[in-house]
Amino acid sequence: MSRARLTRDDTMKKCMRCTKPATLHITEIQLGQAQVVHLCETCAQKYLSSTEVGGMPSMQMEDDEAVSESEAEGVALAAEEVEEDSPEVSCGGCGITFKQFRSVGRLGCPQCYTSFHDDLQSLLESIHQDTQHVGKCPPQTSANTLRHHELMRLRSELKASIERENYEEAARIRDQIQVIEAQAASSGESPAE
Amino acid sequence: MLDFEALTKSSGEWLKGVGPESDVVVSSRIRLARNLDRFPFPPQTSDAIRGEVEAVLRGPVVEVLPPGSMGYVRVDPLETLDRQFLVERQLISREHSEAKGPRGAGIGPQESMSLMVNEEDHLRMQVLRSGLALDECWQEINRIDDELQQQVNFAFNEEFGYLTSCPTNVGTGMRVSVMLHLPALVMTKEIQKVFQSMHKMSLAVRGLYGEGSQAMGDFYQISNQMTLGKSEQQIIKSMQQVIPDVLEYERRTRREMVKDNRSKLHDKVSRALGILQSARTITSEETMHLLSSLRLGINLGLIDGIEIPTINELFIHTQPAHLQKLSGTPMESSDRNAARASHIRLRLAPVEPTSEGE
Ligand SMILES: [Zn+2]
Ligand SMILES: [Zn+2]
Repeated sequence: MSRARLTRDDTMKKCMRCTKPATLHITEIQLGQAQVVHLCETCAQKYLSSTEVGGMPSMQMEDDEAVSESEAEGVALAAEEVEEDSPEVSCGGCGITFKQFRSVGRLGCPQCYTSFHDDLQSLLESIHQDTQHVGKCPPQTSANTLRHHELMRLRSELKASIERENYEEAARIRDQIQVIEAQAASSGESPAE
Repeated sequence: MLDFEALTKSSGEWLKGVGPESDVVVSSRIRLARNLDRFPFPPQTSDAIRGEVEAVLRGPVVEVLPPGSMGYVRVDPLETLDRQFLVERQLISREHSEAKGPRGAGIGPQESMSLMVNEEDHLRMQVLRSGLALDECWQEINRIDDELQQQVNFAFNEEFGYLTSCPTNVGTGMRVSVMLHLPALVMTKEIQKVFQSMHKMSLAVRGLYGEGSQAMGDFYQISNQMTLGKSEQQIIKSMQQVIPDVLEYERRTRREMVKDNRSKLHDKVSRALGILQSARTITSEETMHLLSSLRLGINLGLIDGIEIPTINELFIHTQPAHLQKLSGTPMESSDRNAARASHIRLRLAPVEPTSEGE
């Protein structure tokens, strides 16, 4: 686990990832040891996006983007898309078809969200620009799920603060993410990915 | 049972015109949409099932209403006029008034809360506050929701959150809205810029009573559109970040108008008062328009002796169902226009215009 402190100045140091001058200096405190990472703005964005625990820049940064959470689920669910062509799938709960939903704009019952999962997922993506709930959950929700939601919420905040070029905030959020990931690891779960 | 007699003569806490930023912000509102997990959604089902849902929810709704609440009312047996009255009062939605089958509403103390059963979703709960008070709205509605969830299971899945009849509400099921009075931005046509920037932030801007884009009386409601992928706190926070800019924009424009054109503005608001104090017949639309000018005049100190709550109340009490409840008889539109004018003359009577200005 690490704690980052971020300073910004124009010393003549070079970015550790490329050849541009480093303008952001991130002090990582890890196992009681401080290490300073010097980066240019572009590389700092990538560095902060990557939330691997304790990774130094030389060990990561291969991927451009932060991990996409829904990827694994997406693959598993793609299998269900086979039914796509078969004429009319109707909801087992209420009997309406997706076509009927499209014409009235209202779903028939809560189970519709499972029955028309894939079609709804792309619709929700276009309405909300997101497909994963990260807000309030019912009282019986497991700690595992809550942590999963919290991680996804923080990752979207991280992305937003990097887009706003607020690197101080980004570093803080990244630390929070690492804390939660470490909790998940120590309670025997694989971190949600 | 709901006491319509008392309701007609009173007005809600959220119209008091106090609260933070109340020179521009009329009210704040948060609503949550929830559904029972084992029943079809109200629009797509039978009256028998709507009846079952109403029977399941009525008890818990009554139980979570805070002390001093006005109580629970079955909406379906009400006369059209009474339902319209509740809509004008913002205690139920137009959709709820016009929906089918067994349905009801629990009304909290001082009209600051309402819980609609069998609207578009099984349960639509809203909390209203005067001025800019989103945190308070959230605390209250979150507490009510927590209490309800001790008693009933709401339809929820870990991926899509709280499941709703319309996918535009799924996830948090939360709509956060703030009602703003923006007369200066409307007069200078700067309001277009507000629309554009709100649109960029994925926030919706709607007029208060009118249909479509033409707002009546310069009131605009700004609300979130996305309900999925953000937490409730994030949604509230993003509203709290943009609203102050709009308020400052309106205030700056008001100041500039006073500075550049004080006498013209003073004339405009004084004429508005003059017409309202002497008209013998007046439409709802003209009333909105003039009350809006008057509200601006009071906030700018150009008109004394009238309080903002009086104006806020007139916006509600001059609407069709209110006029008919107040007079105790159903009225045609021309009779309403006369009744409206007389009601306004009465409420605005004892006012002395300010000294001659400069
Ligand atoms: Zn670099
Ligand atoms: Zn269904």
